[in-house]
Amino acid sequence: MQVSKSFKRLIFWELSIPVALLTLGIYHGLMQTIYRAGVLKQAAFAKLDYYQGLTLHGVINAIVLTTFFAVAFGHATIAFYFKKEPNRKVAWFSFALMTTGTVMAAWAMLAGKASVLYTFYPPLKGHPLFYLGAALLIVGSWVSFFDWSRMYVKWKNENPNTKTPLAVIGTLINFTIWFVCTLAVAYEVLVLLLPWSLGWTPTVNVTLARTLFWFFGHALVYFWLLPAYIMFYTMLPKLAGGKLYSDLAGRIALFLFLLFSVPVGVHHQYSDPSITQGIKFFQGMLTFGVTIPSFITAFTLAASLEYAARRRGSKGWFGWMKKLPYLDADNYLFAYLISGLILFIFGGLTGIVNASYQLNNVVHNTSWMPGHFHMTVAGPVFLSIIGMSTYLYTKLSGRKIFMPKVNVIIPYMWTIGVLIFSTGLMWGGLIGEPRRTNLGMTYLNPDHELFRPDWVPTTTLALIGGIIMFIAGTLYIVVFFGTMVRKKQHAAALELPVSDAYHDEKRIPLFDKFKPWLVVMAIILVVAYVPAFLNVKNNTGPKAPGFTPDNPVPIESTKK
Amino acid sequence: MAAIIDKIEKRIIIATGFLLALFIFSILYARDKYRTDIPECLPYDKAYTEPKVNKIDEKTYQVFGVAQMWMFQPAEINVPVGSEVDFFLTSKDVVHGFNIAQKNVNMMAIYGSINKTTVRFDKPGVYDIVCHEYCGSGHQNMKAQVIVNYPQSK
Ligand code: HEM
Ligand SMILES: [Cu+2]
Ligand SMILES: [Cu+2]
Repeated sequence: MQVSKSFKRLIFWELSIPVALLTLGIYHGLMQTIYRAGVLKQAAFAKLDYYQGLTLHGVINAIVLTTFFAVAFGHATIAFYFKKEPNRKVAWFSFALMTTGTVMAAWAMLAGKASVLYTFYPPLKGHPLFYLGAALLIVGSWVSFFDWSRMYVKWKNENPNTKTPLAVIGTLINFTIWFVCTLAVAYEVLVLLLPWSLGWTPTVNVTLARTLFWFFGHALVYFWLLPAYIMFYTMLPKLAGGKLYSDLAGRIALFLFLLFSVPVGVHHQYSDPSITQGIKFFQGMLTFGVTIPSFITAFTLAASLEYAARRRGSKGWFGWMKKLPYLDADNYLFAYLISGLILFIFGGLTGIVNASYQLNNVVHNTSWMPGHFHMTVAGPVFLSIIGMSTYLYTKLSGRKIFMPKVNVIIPYMWTIGVLIFSTGLMWGGLIGEPRRTNLGMTYLNPDHELFRPDWVPTTTLALIGGIIMFIAGTLYIVVFFGTMVRKKQHAAALELPVSDAYHDEKRIPLFDKFKPWLVVMAIILVVAYVPAFLNVKNNTGPKAPGFTPDNPVPIESTKK
Repeated sequence: MAAIIDKIEKRIIIATGFLLALFIFSILYARDKYRTDIPECLPYDKAYTEPKVNKIDEKTYQVFGVAQMWMFQPAEINVPVGSEVDFFLTSKDVVHGFNIAQKNVNMMAIYGSINKTTVRFDKPGVYDIVCHEYCGSGHQNMKAQVIVNYPQSK
């Protein structure tokens, strides 16, 4: 499909800003593994403090990259399937808000005024621009969503009996989840934290802020994941040379995510005070509800891939796994998506461990956690984001890829790196190694009384994996920006791979409209979260004054 | 629906159902049989914000733990083998973690909230307590121990 110059430019910027920031993000990823292995035994390196860098790493990789990409990819799917571009002014306005927000937050972090990590738990206090920046980034992403919703309603009125394309359903569900969950974090940031960080309100209820954050925080992980799911369902089968096993299965899975991805956030607070075991258990069970769409997806994708391989002439039970286009440089998007899926098998299984109520005691906040989520967010999420960024960019610019042979092995290299890295972190977590800790200064420093020799092998393994990931990530950045400076070689157009369905079921109205699902979503949310907030209200005591990360004395009393 | 869902899909749905039931059964079973549970919920009470160790009887202790930037109080807790210890935990400032990895004790210390869990120490030894939530620039220095039937260091 032909698109306007303005649309192309918009997508270029939305893809390349986060990839440029990624240089900082993965630089500090590598640095973290170096400190943690005890190679560096200091607080800061090259003027960047460990925790300042960790804040940049979390915010850039997990918030900025994912949100910019989700918006760019949303624009692309909506325009491609509706054959119509989103409103130009609205789209640029959304981009401007997001970029302004990112610049504000980046300044606060780089100036060392917001080393509060990407979860910014109070009463650690960051610079007001950090909170304001985060809020603008989020609100900016809403603006695009509102415009797509307008386009959807219009399209639906014109095509009442046509099945809405699966990718469109996916994008709208993803942003509905995002909108609902970000309401909580917007409240946390704008009502609780921003006035407090400006000094207008003296104190803040910490457990309330955490509960609001995790209302957002778990759904956030689905917001990361759903663009990857959309690619898995609507593109991967085609790229493999086959068909999507069932179109309806995809719809069912996506609508179930709408129901189950928000009302489960308390499973991040199993170890928190002030919330009863009953509520924690109930939301734990709802979390297992999410395994249903996950298993549907695992089955449907495996069946689609098997079908593709059999069409390519494979035989036997497992023979099909060998007959897929793993190393085809022209079909590199397949390589990115399949590597992501392979990592996701382990990411999903370790996620079930985390969700399992008292098993969470074993792993909560240990290095097991980053071990787990680098196989999800730095697995299928990251690989699909970077693969699709290259894909969209080359199609929209008419340029050929720089170093295509390297490009196709990057995702496998990354996968091997993550598998080693996560093994180290998870093994360490099981023997008590904490996350979010500059281990090199104390625990991995043989001269310190806290030295833990049993964490030497685990952190070394993570370091080896981290180096491999860093090399793969750097190669990616070279390929992406290298492609930008190549000459135009083919006609530029907005193009996405489209899978046909093997079982293309006839339209079932229930799976093609939002209203009933939104109602059920609201009911489950109320049932799951009203008691949680009442708990917090009834069981918490005094509110906390603010602290900067370097001083045990509250900020207010240091001013006097 | 029967015409829509094919045979293999139906089998997979049933298998998924069984698997889920197994997961949930395991959680409940382990909870009863091994008395494993997550922290308890208590309303806030100022009494818990003063660090101390209360001996209730020979085998029963209460520890009022207070985390702050960047230490735990009490930093050394001595109890005899076989004792059951109730840990009550809060924070004087930012959020801290409280992890006794050998005993799977895992709690967050939060200002204005009281956390609680119960542990039995059946084996003598030194049990390290690690802060596993970022709590500022001295986070990696936080230190405390539970010492079970060992000569006291003081
Ligand atoms: C070169 C590649 C990377 C390396 C070596 C790396 C390494 C690490 C390490 C060691 C940690 C734990 C630090 C600690 O808890 O003290 C961490 C945290 C994290 N990483 Fe990465 N990472 C990489 C890439 C990524 C990517 C691509 C993403 C997401 C798209 C990501 C997302 C995160 C997040 C969300 C955290 C948690 C931050 C926090 O606890 O506040 N990482 N990373
Ligand atoms: Cu979660
Ligand atoms: Cu700490």
